Amino acid sequence: MGVNDLTPTGQREDEVTPGEVAALSDSVIITQLSKLVSWGRQYSFFLYPFVTACCGMEFMSVAGPRYDIDRFGAALPRFSPRQADLLMVVGTISHKQAPILVKVYNQMAEPKWVFAYGSCTVSGGMYNNYATVQGIDTLVPVDVYVPGCPPRPEMVLDGLIMLQEKVMREPEINMTRGMSPLGEADDRKIIP
Amino acid sequence: MSEEKNSGQGGVSDVMARAKAVLGPMGVLIHTHCQHGDDTLVVQAEDILKVMEFLREDKSLRFDMMMDLTAVDYLGAEEMHPYLKPMKARFEVVYHLYSIEKNHRIRVKVPLTEESPFVDSITGIWVGADWFEREAWDLYGVVFRGHPNLKRILLYEEFEGHPLRKDYGKMKRQPLIGPVN
Repeated sequence: MGVNDLTPTGQREDEVTPGEVAALSDSVIITQLSKLVSWGRQYSFFLYPFVTACCGMEFMSVAGPRYDIDRFGAALPRFSPRQADLLMVVGTISHKQAPILVKVYNQMAEPKWVFAYGSCTVSGGMYNNYATVQGIDTLVPVDVYVPGCPPRPEMVLDGLIMLQEKVMREPEINMTRGMSPLGEADDRKIIP
Repeated sequence: MSEEKNSGQGGVSDVMARAKAVLGPMGVLIHTHCQHGDDTLVVQAEDILKVMEFLREDKSLRFDMMMDLTAVDYLGAEEMHPYLKPMKARFEVVYHLYSIEKNHRIRVKVPLTEESPFVDSITGIWVGADWFEREAWDLYGVVFRGHPNLKRILLYEEFEGHPLRKDYGKMKRQPLIGPVN
């Protein structure tokens, strides 16, 4: 695509003067709509902080002024899943908690992403026992895994940047994740 | 503890001396000992309410606060206490009592067999025992008779079994829990 394609309607291409071309190239950016939307999305995450355990302390550190997640446009936590598009799962998820996590995920509007914060959410961490979910990817699809017990704030910011790059690669404006593969959370028998 | 406090006869604390003097003739004590300064009474399950009421109401003991209640599974380790094997006991319910007024403590233990892990609920004496008993039921399967609301407190309703029992498989996972790594 060239600048000449932007000729206003009703005006012939050859009528654009070199002066007008120069003026347009200074003030107009040509792109794809999907890229524009993705660019907007990657710098305006609204987090749902699903904070269950000690990683929450480190999450506060990331959100606070020293590391400042706001520099990446992901500052505002929303405490309603309807208003959030990034599910931050911060801390150990127990089996009793699992249906709640699935329900919150299902309630989030599209588009939505999931951030597994800390070793417990990645794999169950050091809790390989009867009570702990062995990684939240058994419950909901995960976009970024950040291990660590807890992860350093730099790791979280790195993970966030990786997620931003992933969002930028998304070709569809109307990306849909749908429900959790486990279906409705009210059904407790969710894993065969 | 002050010297005065421990000055019961023959190195026995005042608390232990009083408890023995009253409970001994009642025939409810299986065993008593004092380990690292912690006075311990081992009593039969059917007598627990009698013992607890005495410990709470007695003027010189006044155990007005139940600090802790938990259970222990001695499966495969019955020799740890001399009284467990003869009773064929597998579990023990352990109560820790404290007297705010007198500033002294006592531990009460109740051995239970695998076939009948039943003991009377002490929620009628210390209402705070409610959740402790639910926890012991949830994780060890000890049944507290007369408890107003004996259901699981930490695990979910559908969970089968009692996971802190020694014969609950270390790697056993239940359907909601997902794959074993």
